Amino acid sequence: MKEARCQLELRINGDTRLANAYPTDLLLDVLRDSFGLTGAKPGCRNGDCGACTVWVDGQPMKSCLLLAAECPGLEVTTIEGLKGGEMQRAFVEQFAFQCGYCTPGFIMNAEALSRLQPPPDEDTIRDWLQSNICRCTSYEEIRLAVREVIQRRSEGKLAEEAERLVEDGSGGMKGELNG
Amino acid sequence: MPMIPFPFDYYRPATLQEAVALFGELDAGGKRPLYYNGGTEILTLGRMREVHTEAVIDVKRIPECRMLGRHAGMFVWGASLTLSEVHDAGLFPLLGKTGAGVADRTSRNKITLGGNICSQFIYKEAVLPLLVTDSLVRIVGPTGDRVAPIGQLFDQTLRLGGGDLLVQAMTATGYAELPYVTIKRRKSSAIDYPLVTIAAIRTQEGMRFAFSGLCAFPFRSLEMEDILNNRELPIAQRIQLASAALPGPILNDIKGSALYRKHVWSVAMTEAMEALEKGASIGR
Ligand code: FES
Ligand code: FES
Repeated sequence: MKEARCQLELRINGDTRLANAYPTDLLLDVLRDSFGLTGAKPGCRNGDCGACTVWVDGQPMKSCLLLAAECPGLEVTTIEGLKGGEMQRAFVEQFAFQCGYCTPGFIMNAEALSRLQPPPDEDTIRDWLQSNICRCTSYEEIRLAVREVIQRRSEGKLAEEAERLVEDGSGGMKGELNG
Repeated sequence: MPMIPFPFDYYRPATLQEAVALFGELDAGGKRPLYYNGGTEILTLGRMREVHTEAVIDVKRIPECRMLGRHAGMFVWGASLTLSEVHDAGLFPLLGKTGAGVADRTSRNKITLGGNICSQFIYKEAVLPLLVTDSLVRIVGPTGDRVAPIGQLFDQTLRLGGGDLLVQAMTATGYAELPYVTIKRRKSSAIDYPLVTIAAIRTQEGMRFAFSGLCAFPFRSLEMEDILNNRELPIAQRIQLASAALPGPILNDIKGSALYRKHVWSVAMTEAMEALEKGASIGR
């Protein structure tokens, strides 16, 4: 059987992009080879290491476990689409890498984790971070960076919530003393 | 260099009827089609030439396959829901948490309930909660649309006819109120196939158990349940007797010898039964 290319219309980092791809092409390869988005790294190419993590409709996914053909109609975000940000800064400040190969995958996963509502507990943090492998074993520093951002964000959310309650005058009592 | 060492065509039908018709056409054309849900197994096994197809039929955007909710006293689980979605919905912790033991979180954002149950691997842990709750499965195929108790169709694997597609599973909502246990024991790392996974529930009539990793297939055994519910005997003796009624030899492989697996299973079973007899739940 001879394989034919097809044209795929993809949404990547907020833009509409066209790719001429084979149905068997992985999203990972199309991102890198067609669009030069090399932040997603090929590691194991088998769903084990997480170096290729991107977001699909806001969910972290391994781009080596996705066909590009599955993606039309879905919003794909790569590390390039994050444009730096708080999580990346925390990784730098905590020295949460050595060679850096795993870093984009970790950041994509950790950034999604840090946006969870309500903020994730320790078990959830541990569970999510097990999706990525760091061959340089920077795990402790990575955990610190991720926890720091999660904590900062949850404090920010608490402050926002407190402000909202003060503004609407409810004092948080709404519906809680009804019976 | 292409990742998948053989070409295939990709189809994304919008309805169940289209999917089944497409399967029939492609099959008749010798394309050896496969339904494609999360697709993780097709991609990873395809890479190693352990799966071959010339056409994948992606069903995961068909609305019936994506259903999640309650209907007529049943939870409805679309087969294309990811294991993360089932877990995060929080409707039925026994199913959500057992599924959450499979692979890692990011992979579970892609692995589907249907894909896990129909997996080529021997573990299929998401089927265990469905077995102990006598859940129903909805199948669509060339012979029509039918619903059957999972216990009738699941014998080591889900017995589907050619072109049959698992669309949904349905579980009576009352099961979500009962004490349950889900325990997965691995050899060492946090992410791995199980030495043994136990899913159990306690109903008015007694405890029910299903296992993965113990034998070369997942199972629920009524004969073992009779023994395990004999409260005239101490728990340790019941477990010992039940182990003599296993439906197949205990797995003996690189992950664990049969003797070791039996030991791990016995310890986990003691924990499970002690909890259930007290009406407590264990979920991890
Ligand atoms: S390259 Fe995708 S998980 Fe390793
Ligand atoms: S920093 Fe080198 S693999 Fe993680």
